[in-house]
Amino acid sequence: MHVGLIHYLSLAAILFAIGFFGVLTRRNAVGILMSIELMFNAVNINLVAFNRFVTPTDFTGQVFSIFTIVIAAAEVTVGLAIVLLIYRNFRDVFVDNINLMKW
Amino acid sequence: MESGIGNYLFYLFGFIIIVSGILVVSLKDIFHCALMLVVCMFSVAALYVLLGADFIAAVQVLIYVGAVAVLMIFAIMLTARVSGAGIKQQNEQVPIALITTLVFVAVTLFGLGKTVWNVSTRTVPAEGTMKLGKLLLTTYVLPFEIVSVVLLVALIGAIVIARRT
Repeated sequence: MHVGLIHYLSLAAILFAIGFFGVLTRRNAVGILMSIELMFNAVNINLVAFNRFVTPTDFTGQVFSIFTIVIAAAEVTVGLAIVLLIYRNFRDVFVDNINLMKW
Repeated sequence: MESGIGNYLFYLFGFIIIVSGILVVSLKDIFHCALMLVVCMFSVAALYVLLGADFIAAVQVLIYVGAVAVLMIFAIMLTARVSGAGIKQQNEQVPIALITTLVFVAVTLFGLGKTVWNVSTRTVPAEGTMKLGKLLLTTYVLPFEIVSVVLLVALIGAIVIARRT
């Protein structure tokens, strides 16, 4: 069977769902950040696949995927800094134990 | 990559991506999860090569595999005593999250199957990286500069947040 746009979009949807499941179920804050990276990757696959199959000569999707990668890098930098700070204050990175602001 | 080998490579790398993705969210040891994340991101880079996006594939390997994965492993090492055996890594929302995820996949795939895509028959030009660089510095120069400022702010912010006062 010929691999087309729909195959890439389905793969990206499944990968996004896997990352979504990880965000919902992980207790470790670093694990949640990893799941978010999976979701970012799924979005990037979508963008590059649209670029390849819908507008092959415009490169719009590739430009946007570069921006997404940069934003993901910024997100993971700040996120891990926050995780390290939480670990220093609470001696814990499990998000269900960090409930100081919950009533 | 219109030949038959490209199809087989898509299925091979798609299989690797899905299996390693499931392992990332389900393994007990968070360090093994980080290694599986590296495998997953390498396979995504291979998919970018199949899609004719060579530069994006290189950026994917450099940023995700080179920087993000190493940063994750550093964070795991610095937050010790949380990845041993016997510590529960998943919360009590697993069944409801599984149902939600499966519903999400079903709805998305149903929508994908119903949609008619405006697929072009042309292929990606060979000198894609050159065109990409020109686009980044002409049409998209303002977002390019803004995103570099965002990166700088994130860098300084991470240093300020993680600094010992």
